[in-house]
Amino acid sequence: MTVGLEHFLIVSAVLFVLGLYAMLSRRNAIAVLMGIELILNAANINFIAFTRYGAVNMNGQMSAVFVIVIAAAEAAVALAIVLNIYKNFHSVSVPDVDKLRD
Amino acid sequence: MGAFEIIFFLFAVITLASACVVVFSKNIVYSAFSLVFTFFGVAGLYVLLNADFLAVTQLLVYVGGILILLIFGVMLTNKVVNVDVRSSGSTKVPAFIISGIILIGLVGAIFQTHWISYKDVPWSRSPWNKDAVTQALTEYVKVQGSEGTATTIGKLFLTDYLLPFEIVSIVLLIALIGAAMIARREPDPADEALDSF
Repeated sequence: MTVGLEHFLIVSAVLFVLGLYAMLSRRNAIAVLMGIELILNAANINFIAFTRYGAVNMNGQMSAVFVIVIAAAEAAVALAIVLNIYKNFHSVSVPDVDKLRD
Repeated sequence: MGAFEIIFFLFAVITLASACVVVFSKNIVYSAFSLVFTFFGVAGLYVLLNADFLAVTQLLVYVGGILILLIFGVMLTNKVVNVDVRSSGSTKVPAFIISGIILIGLVGAIFQTHWISYKDVPWSRSPWNKDAVTQALTEYVKVQGSEGTATTIGKLFLTDYLLPFEIVSIVLLIALIGAAMIARREPDPADEALDSF
């Protein structure tokens, strides 16, 4: 058997679903962030697989570079917010954080 | 089964198995360290897809940057006794159902779609010339094979993608400044009083 586009897409789909499940089911806010990272990686695999098997240009890989940059910015800001939440609520469990006021 | 297939399945198994540990492990520290292997596996898949520059970027940015940030977050927020007090059956079942439905839909769509390569395109009915496309494709493969993708990506950054490149630089700068502002400690009023002298 030869590995083609479908195999990479299947890996990426499974990775996406695992990330989605982590986002929906985990209580720890940092675990939710890990789920988001998995989803972004799944999107990147798709971009690069389509660059390899589909188009004749590099647009997919360029998009993947921007996805990586946005992921870095997102992780930095999200971690800062999580640290602030921990300072205010003494917990990073998502269901505990349900108050807007002090 | 050639070497490409064996390496693909190796990296796919590494990626998906460690992603399962990330998602299903009770201990957040295990999840964080298992994420290293997920990112390594994804970088291996990038190499298989002729994306050498992106594989190195993946290792530098994800393993070197994002993962360190996440581990910092885990270490700074993890309590010694970290137990889920509430019963955790409430969100898992709906999350499992939703993810399962989406997985079935995605896999079904991937297998239903007839993915065509450029060889299968009905060229007589298309507005493009098959010879031109074939020549562009062979040049593309030649360029990718000889000098890697870094040269091409660098050229594209300064030509076609100049504006997105500059915008994303500013986004990254603003995000990092904002993260530093949000995460820094509140200044102590006593220290401020001292500083004003």
